Amino acid sequence: MERKIRVLVAKPGLDGHDRGAKIVARALRDAGMEVVYTGLHQTAEMIVESAVQEDVDVIGLSLLSGAHMTLFLDVTQLLKKKGIEDVLVVGGGIIPEEDVPKLKKAGVTGVFGPGTHCEEIVEFIRKNVKR
Amino acid sequence: MNEIVAKVLKGDARSIARLITLAENNDPDVMSAMKDIHPHTGNAYVIGITGVMGSGKSTLIYELTREYRQQGLKVGIIAIDPTSPFSGGALLGDRVRMMELATDDGVFIRSMGTRGMLGGLTSAVYDVVEILDASGKDIVMVETVGIGQAEVDVIKIADTTLVVLVPGLGDSIQTIKAGVMEIADIFVVNKADRSGVEQTIAEIESYIDIANTDRDRKTPVLSTIAKESKGISELIYEIDKHREYLKKTKRFDAQRRKRYEAELVEIIRKRLMDFIFDEPKFTGKVESLIDQMSKKEVDPYTAADEILGKILK
Repeated sequence: MERKIRVLVAKPGLDGHDRGAKIVARALRDAGMEVVYTGLHQTAEMIVESAVQEDVDVIGLSLLSGAHMTLFLDVTQLLKKKGIEDVLVVGGGIIPEEDVPKLKKAGVTGVFGPGTHCEEIVEFIRKNVKR
Repeated sequence: MNEIVAKVLKGDARSIARLITLAENNDPDVMSAMKDIHPHTGNAYVIGITGVMGSGKSTLIYELTREYRQQGLKVGIIAIDPTSPFSGGALLGDRVRMMELATDDGVFIRSMGTRGMLGGLTSAVYDVVEILDASGKDIVMVETVGIGQAEVDVIKIADTTLVVLVPGLGDSIQTIKAGVMEIADIFVVNKADRSGVEQTIAEIESYIDIANTDRDRKTPVLSTIAKESKGISELIYEIDKHREYLKKTKRFDAQRRKRYEAELVEIIRKRLMDFIFDEPKFTGKVESLIDQMSKKEVDPYTAADEILGKILK
């Protein structure tokens, strides 16, 4: 039986703009994935704990507030601390070009800015899931 | 014993989560794991929560869980949402209302897609209830998909079934009475701050007066405003009362026996279907029979007999 890719979509921190996250969530569902949507104002602890319980393959973070260097990295650091290595982390939102390499180095493997086609995200996830 | 099972029995969240995934994916390893899990089950009380879309089932579960946590009980939650029949994907959004519980290690929440099952549940739900039960949860709540008329499978797995309605359904109570109205152990009219609540309660009461077949117990109708935490302790009191009633009247064991029956039927159904439709020597035969049916060369019953005949001999 075919395994379904499970993705947690979360909005960390103080940012009420969830249209992008919802569009991506829908696109992933339409690509046959199971998407757990957690909503707004999440802490890194809530996101990582939910990812553990839901046994997801991917965590997708969305942030438009500019605090991604703190909030995305809180998540990757907490994953590392808990010894969770088989979860792919991707992020999207308003992210300046110069931050992208730093995010990738810190474990946010895929970074997607405005104008990204949803198919691109789907392809990236399919290629890079770790199990 | 299986290493993952040993960890599940200790309540380790990552192992519980991984074993649930194996069960969901019908993984061959799950069979031996469930053999070791089964003897450790039977302690958790299972509450089914069903009701129309948007009736506030998830918020109600959140509030019930907070109350049970204050009593020191551990809670497992299975939240089921529909799988798209077209893409096979699913948007699982019940967690949004429960995120405050995410970091409580006495609570385990799992979102699941129906993956082709009708009836409001998902095929692996029996395994998942057993896994959560064995992991030491005192209460397991199963939230079905938002229902219409026929999604009544939750009674196969729940000890107490809550049917959640909202004011202003009006005549639709008439239309849903056929299936869904019959399965309630407790009716909950949520969002009771909306207008029309008295009328909705009256309609349910009059339905119960006609339909109640159990002489020992009248199905209670409660009103709640889950998002303001109103009516929750009263609801827990009624759940406890129903639990005592089941124990006192010996219905509890009979009901649990029915759950095992449903579980057995589901496992056999799943394995038979896999056997027929995933087995290469049958798939060709199935396809050609469908072609023959389209051309009116064979009727549906004869076609079914051809397949079944190959298995049953």
